[in-house]
This record gives sequence, structure tokens and C-alpha cells, in this order.
Amino acid sequence: MLNKMTLTMPWSGMNKLTLKPDLGKKLMVHAVLLTYTVIALFPILVILINSFKTRKAIFNDPLGLPDASSFTLVGFEEVLARSSFDVFFFNSLIVTVLSLFFVLLFGAMAAWALTEYRFRGALFIAALFAMGIMIPIRLGTVSILQLMVDLDLVNTRTSLVLVYIAQGLPLAVYILSEFIRTIPKELKEAARCDNVSEYKIFFQIVLPLIRPAMATVAVFTMIPIWNDLWFPLILAPGESTQTITLGVQQFIGQFVTDWNAVLSSLTLAIAPVLVLYLVFSRQLIRGLTAGAVK
Amino acid sequence: MTHSDIRKPFPWHILVFLGPGLLIYLTVSVYPLLDTLRLGFFSEDESGATFFVGMQNYANLLFSEVWSEPFWNALKNNLMFFVIHMLLQNPIGLLLALLLSSPRLRLSGTYRTLLFMPTMLSVVIVGFVWQLLLSPLWGISEDFMYNIGLGDYFDAWLGKEGTALVTLSLISVWQFVGIPMMLIYAALLNIPEDLNDAGVVDGANSWQIFWNIKLPLLLPTISMVSILTFVANFNAFELIYAVKGALAGPNFSTDIMGTLFYRTFFGFQLQQGSPTMGAAVATLMFLIILIGVAIYLFFVQRRIQRFQL
Repeated sequence: MLNKMTLTMPWSGMNKLTLKPDLGKKLMVHAVLLTYTVIALFPILVILINSFKTRKAIFNDPLGLPDASSFTLVGFEEVLARSSFDVFFFNSLIVTVLSLFFVLLFGAMAAWALTEYRFRGALFIAALFAMGIMIPIRLGTVSILQLMVDLDLVNTRTSLVLVYIAQGLPLAVYILSEFIRTIPKELKEAARCDNVSEYKIFFQIVLPLIRPAMATVAVFTMIPIWNDLWFPLILAPGESTQTITLGVQQFIGQFVTDWNAVLSSLTLAIAPVLVLYLVFSRQLIRGLTAGAVK
Repeated sequence: MTHSDIRKPFPWHILVFLGPGLLIYLTVSVYPLLDTLRLGFFSEDESGATFFVGMQNYANLLFSEVWSEPFWNALKNNLMFFVIHMLLQNPIGLLLALLLSSPRLRLSGTYRTLLFMPTMLSVVIVGFVWQLLLSPLWGISEDFMYNIGLGDYFDAWLGKEGTALVTLSLISVWQFVGIPMMLIYAALLNIPEDLNDAGVVDGANSWQIFWNIKLPLLLPTISMVSILTFVANFNAFELIYAVKGALAGPNFSTDIMGTLFYRTFFGFQLQQGSPTMGAAVATLMFLIILIGVAIYLFFVQRRIQRFQL
């Protein structure tokens, strides 16, 4: 028996050594993952590092860390002086937060209405929302622009918020409906027996219960809004309403040859997202994998 | 009002709950999409007045000398963009997910967080980052290629007609590999341990376990990832616009449906923008995406459901 095993698996003679193939395999797994991690991070790191260096150091030693002689903040100074980065950042923040708030609120309310009450047209409305998950709102851009012109909302943050609410609702309604269905009937019935109003049932019983699902929806809604270029470019390209993505795009287009400024503007756009991501990555990934990750 | 109102009070609460979301969705999403489909059958004169032209816009886009060449070019490029994503992004995502889910893997959470990082960034930012990295002016990539002995193969890939589209596709793959990775990873965690253990007991090796146990169970997720990739790719715009501008150069070699739509709508250089032609392009994009989704719903998903327990 032992002989046969040594023949087929020459390394399995001793108990200690049986770990070996496992160890080799583990090393392989780590090697591949590590390599890919480097591939994923290296480009970002190069940009971050070089934004703190003098022009000379950027070109002579692109991979070196900034040291006493090569450290400079001149790029950041230029960016802040020549563009209204603070305004862009504020615009992005307010548009994302407002859109997110309304997607979550209206999405949860609609999901509740569609799953809890039986009424004519419910199925049709649910199907209409479901279609929006797959069909990008961008395809209606020609008419959306016309609509915003008619409503006199071009170059306002309101136009962006409206579009992003419409963009986020379908997925929000879908995910939250699935979740609301799992709420036990007894909870609601008990409340109704006590003559609690439908509004109170929703806001004080249902809404707190679906909080985990709201986090998932928030992740899916927030990232595309913050990163979007299409609608800011078309609906709100004015200097005072530009979001950060559009602001960086326009700034770089203008100062292509100023490497310090370009690298710094990229860093300013990347840094807040990275910090937020690293702080919330656990919740975020849990949201993305819908609870499969503990 | 219907007579049911007489018996029961009007269910105001339903209206209050459903109203705000539905109103915004109908006005800003559903109506504009339907209106775009309608506009595709119209044309406009210099004053901006529109008039019905039937299928003329579509005939122009598909067959006329001026329009058909850019259209078929963009469609071909977009297909190429999609194929590269399917061949690289999703298999690499699958591989990473399998590795991440290996049992008792240390640092698994750290890898997951770091590997997903590029996906979080704006496509525009990613485009600029790679434009700088690949720039012959800066020379980071050139130095790197020399160091691994491939210096002679370095080229200004983003600037050459033959390589620009592939390079941009690879940049997009680099950024979005995190999405298939996460979705497949989540699906892998949901596969019961017993199934793997049963495979091990029966003497199956890792490859056999993957091929005969995991892959069939992953098929629904993989096909969902595929349709998400399809919709995202045929709706892409930002990366090309950030790196190559609306003209999608060199010589339109990186033009895809999104950039064609933008140029047609807003105009460029000598060509005047046209909302109605833009609507026609958008309608064709809508049809392409609809065909993809229909294939997914009616063929892929139905067949997979038969395999499920």
C-alpha cells in the first residue's frame, strides 16, 4: 500500500511531506494573485507618485519615489489656481448624494407599493421598471436634452439629479422588491390590526428592515453617478455646474503639455475615491456580492 | 372614475408610494426613449422644424455613401471591442475568482479589495492614466519593455490605426475585470462545500472538479456577466472620448457606436449635428442591445434553467 502510494505520488512518503504539493499549489495561487494585483495597482501608483515630483524627476526617474530634491506641489498649486476644482468636487458630491437619497427613498417606496398592494397595472409597471435595468437611459439622450431645454434646466445640477434618479430606479426597485418579499407577513398584519397607518408601517417597520439591501443598492447607484461623463458633458457643461469627472476631462484637454498639472489633476480625482473605497471596501464588496461574503 | 371607488375609498397610499418614482422614471427615462424611437423617423430643416421621412434615416445609415461607411465601421469596431472583452475580461475574471475562492487562502480579503480598485475609478481617469503610461514622450512603457527584453516591440500603440482599438479594449479589460471577478466569486461561495468534497472523495482532480462541478453551476452567472458586458460595451463612450476625442482617431479606427451617436447628434468639424439622425443611431443601438438581451432571455437563460436542480 505504502509502496503503491510512493509510486503514484513520490512525495507522499512522509506525513510532513504531504504538505508539499499543497504548499506548491498555494504558492502558485499567491504568485498569480500577486502578479495581477501589481498589474492592477501599478498604473495608479505611478500617477500618484509622479504628481509629487518636479518635471525633471518625472521624466528622468519616473518610477522613483519623490525625495527631498524632487518633491514639489507645483502641479497641485497650478490645478487649484487655474481651475475651480473645489467647485467641481462640490458639484459631484451634491449631485451624487441627492440622486442617491432619492433613488433609495423613491425606489423603496415604489418597491413597497408594487410588492405589497394588489392593484390594476402593477404587473405592467413592474415590467416597465425591469426593462430599465437592461436598457441604458443614454439611448434617450436626444429627447432628454430637448426635455431639459423645455424645462429650462440645462446647465443645472437639477437636470443631472433627475436623470440619475431615473437611471438608478430600475435596479433599486428590483433589488428592494426581492428583499421586501422576504419580510414576514405577521409583522405587517400585526401592525394593521393595531390600526397603524400604511405610511407608518412603511417608514417605521419596513424601511429599517431593508437597510442591508439599501446598502447594496447604494453601491450600485453611487459609482456610475460619480464617474459619469456623458450626462455632465451634454446636460451641464457650464463652468459652474461641471462635475469632477467632466472638470478633469476639460482641464487635461486644456493643459495637455503641463505634466505636473495633468498628473496632479488625476491624483486629485483619484485620491478621494481611493480613500473612500479603502474605508468602505468591506461593506462595498459585501454589497456587490449580495451578502455572499462575510 | 370607476365604480370600485364607490365601494372602497381611493387607495391614496399606493399613489403616494408609487407616484414620485414612477413619475420621474416615466418623464426622464421612458418618455425620452419612446420619443427617440419616434424621432428616428423624422428629419429636420434649417429652422429646426421636423417632418416625417419614414425609413429614410435608416436607409441612409445602412446604405448611403456618406453615412453607411461610418456606421458599419463603428459597428465592426464595437463588435471587436466586445469580443476582446469576452475573450479576456471574463476568463481572467473567472480565473481570479477561482483563485480567490481557494480554501483557507490567506490575504484573500486584501487581494479582493486591491484587485477591484481600478473598477471603482472613473473611465475617464483610467483613460488618461493609460494615455500617459503608454505615451512615448514619457517612456515608462518603453523602458519597461526594454527591461524585459522586448524593447523593439514597443510602439505608440494608441496612435496607430492598426493597434489603437485593441489597446483601448485592453485598457477597458484592465479596468473592468473586477466585475466578473466579484460576481463569479460570489457565485462560487454559494456552491455548497459538499459538492466539492464529493468530487474529491470520488478521486476527481482540481481540473475535473472545476470542469464537471463548478463550471456548470457557474453558467447562469457567466451568462449574466456576458450580457452585462454586451450592454456595457455597446453603450461605451467615455474611454474613447477621453483618450481619442469625439473623432475617435486615428482615422476613425477607434470609433464605436457611442462615439458615433455623440458625433451624429452634436456634429463635428464640417458636419452639422442632427438630433433626428442622432435618434436614428440611438434607435439602432437600442435594437442591437435588445437583440442581445432577447438572446440571453430566451435561449441562454432558458437552457440553463433546465440544468438547474
